[in-house]
Amino acid sequence: MKARFLIPFFIFIGLALLLGVGLTLNPRDVPSVLINEKAPDFDLPDLFDPERRVSSDTMKGKVWLLNVWGTWCPECWREHEFLKHLSKNEGVTLIGIDWRDEREEAKAFLAKKGNPFAAVGFDPDSQAIMDWGVYGAPETFVIDKQGMIRKKHTGPLYQQIWDQEFKPLLKQLEAES
Amino acid sequence: MMRSWLFALLFIPFIAHAAIEATQFDDPDKEARYKQLIAELRCLVCQNQNLADSNAELAQDMRHKTYELVKGGATNDDVVNYMVKRYGDFVLYRPPFKLSTLLLWLGPFVILAGGVVILIVIIRRRAKQPNAGMSDSDLKRAKVLLGEEDNN
Repeated sequence: MKARFLIPFFIFIGLALLLGVGLTLNPRDVPSVLINEKAPDFDLPDLFDPERRVSSDTMKGKVWLLNVWGTWCPECWREHEFLKHLSKNEGVTLIGIDWRDEREEAKAFLAKKGNPFAAVGFDPDSQAIMDWGVYGAPETFVIDKQGMIRKKHTGPLYQQIWDQEFKPLLKQLEAES
Repeated sequence: MMRSWLFALLFIPFIAHAAIEATQFDDPDKEARYKQLIAELRCLVCQNQNLADSNAELAQDMRHKTYELVKGGATNDDVVNYMVKRYGDFVLYRPPFKLSTLLLWLGPFVILAGGVVILIVIIRRRAKQPNAGMSDSDLKRAKVLLGEEDNN
């Protein structure tokens, strides 16, 4: 009974721990259910030429990255230079989905800032991105040779996260048959 | 001049009308299910709002998808499965009862039970203490004091 005065102290410590853990969690980080699942097929009109299609079929047997973006998303502007760096210097195959955007604005954006994408599908009403469980932009998926989603990143890509999480994974995936 | 202006004002409500989402059902049962579903599905952009309340663009698209599915004859389970397959249990305001949600479902009852136990312990302890430590002389004094107050 001597240590009774310590009880509020321990309650405080417990509460502080609980809230502390809560603070470090990111509520935006919704765990994706699609990791290690087969990537959903999509078939979208090409951003530059509505007659042509951009489809996930053409990527079979390759390791590739899907990047969901839009000109309305400030983080995508920030990320753009890095994507250009990736496609130019790291030999990464990037497929873009231009989400909920204006076609002309998106074309002007890529014409002005450069186009890191091998192909860009145009998805103005969330047809394809809903299948991918996308809820914000930018989001980046890594798809392996078997057509499985191996990683999802929410938010912009940058050097540190690339070096730590993407580069080793891509190396491993390229080595897989 | 004034008249034509006033006449032009008559058309303003039509502009406002354009912002309302058109969801027309041939079947009142489907409409009720649609409303129930968008009230129970969670918007992933504004995470503390359901699809019905959220104005986020993704929520609009998810509502539209729900509308299409329900109109096409999907059951409530079909729609929920469709969303969960893409967005995980997170999309549900009423997540399924499983190991990872055990604390979520049982936590409140555990806390309630703990509160009841503490309450019972305190009441029992109080009941054992005779007269809450007041001596007879104190009691007499208190009675006198209270009696005097009555006399005033």
